[in-house]
Amino acid sequence: MSLKIKALTKSIWVFHVSAGSCNNCDIEILDLFTPRFDVERFGIQLIGSVRHADAILITGAMNRKSVPRMKKIYEQAPKPCVVVAVGQCALSRHMFRDSYNVCEPLDKILPVDLYIPGCPPRPEAMIDGIVKLVTKIRKGK
Amino acid sequence: MTLLFNYLIFPGLLFSAVIGLLAGWFDRKLSARVQFRVGPPWHQNFTDIIKLLGKETIYPAQSKFTFLFSPYLGFLSAGLVATILGMNLRSSASGFNGDLIVVIYLMLIPAIAMILGASASRNPLASVGASRELKLILAYELPFVLSIVALIIKCGGSIQLGKILELQALGASNIASWSGALAFIVCFFCMQAKLGYPPFDIAEADQELMCGTLIEYSGLPLAVFKLTKAVMLYILPVFLIILFMGKDTSLLFMVLKYIGLLFFIVLVKNTNPRVRIDQALGFFWKVPTFMAVASVILALVGQ
Ligand code: SF4
Repeated sequence: MSLKIKALTKSIWVFHVSAGSCNNCDIEILDLFTPRFDVERFGIQLIGSVRHADAILITGAMNRKSVPRMKKIYEQAPKPCVVVAVGQCALSRHMFRDSYNVCEPLDKILPVDLYIPGCPPRPEAMIDGIVKLVTKIRKGK
Repeated sequence: MTLLFNYLIFPGLLFSAVIGLLAGWFDRKLSARVQFRVGPPWHQNFTDIIKLLGKETIYPAQSKFTFLFSPYLGFLSAGLVATILGMNLRSSASGFNGDLIVVIYLMLIPAIAMILGASASRNPLASVGASRELKLILAYELPFVLSIVALIIKCGGSIQLGKILELQALGASNIASWSGALAFIVCFFCMQAKLGYPPFDIAEADQELMCGTLIEYSGLPLAVFKLTKAVMLYILPVFLIILFMGKDTSLLFMVLKYIGLLFFIVLVKNTNPRVRIDQALGFFWKVPTFMAVASVILALVGQ
């Protein structure tokens, strides 16, 4: 395991995008940074600019307005950068599947590295997902 | 050769950056404890820097040179300040006449470099951040320089850091007098603004400007900016210690004073909400400027 990968997995800066969510997933994501879960212990930080991001956290069913913006945001992120889909909406469009302005599930638009199911997923589930992704990156790739 | 060693390794760039990153960890850990969290491990800031070195660097096509050059401008001048301060602490004869003035000017350059880089990035949020940073400089520079003038008057007109240290070693620390104490409080506020810490983190406002001036930076240049911040976190408290609390500069006392000052910086950072830019300007031009003028008058009277 190279130093670069090790440093990357020990200091993940997260950029959080809401692509038309019902806001519940976003609240659960913010829970990760509260005293109860405190992911800053592992070097995970929420940052404001996508140029600093190592992971893009996407919540919500992608609609016609947010798809082009999503693509732009992904292109603006410096690589290596992973995409994490949080919540059933981002995974499969959930109950908005037949809505008139929802187009495709997230993984048809962007390369998704980690799926976290749930409506909304519990903070424990998200931490579990991140741990699995980190182990995968450290072992393989 | 020794000059180069002094500048690049000890007590210049490398040493000050390491101390600054550790101080940055202290800041993050203490903030976490204030919020009843556990906080990151001690090597977190080093990990962040190493990670940033491995990331892709994105720059605007139209202004590549200014954009990529400005971080180094700030970092190198901050390192120069660290060298001058460190040399003066080691032996007070190694300075030159007027190095206090040089240090004041050099400490301004990281902020200027930030403005330069932000303007070169052609991002609207960055330009808002740059204009705020510029106004903040206008706000804090006046009381800062005034309080240092008070100090110079108190030390009998000497503008050499070594002389000021010697005077304090013979007599009492400057902070023990009325004018010195007032000037120290003013300098403390200005230091908070120079570091870009709350309540004066207006230029980098995470929530409204998305990192403001740094918004377009990624990879290596961002790492250099972070290192500049770390070096500033080292040089500003040390500068204040030299000016105001220079009675005993043995290693143990230096470390204790530095940690004490850092503790207060972090506490102020954690207990104050961000002010607006007009509030900051109004604050600096009213309260600290008045205090600085009072301290100049007290120094002239001889208090
Ligand atoms: S997955 Fe559930 S909680 Fe999350 S955005 Fe969709 S509807 Fe809301």
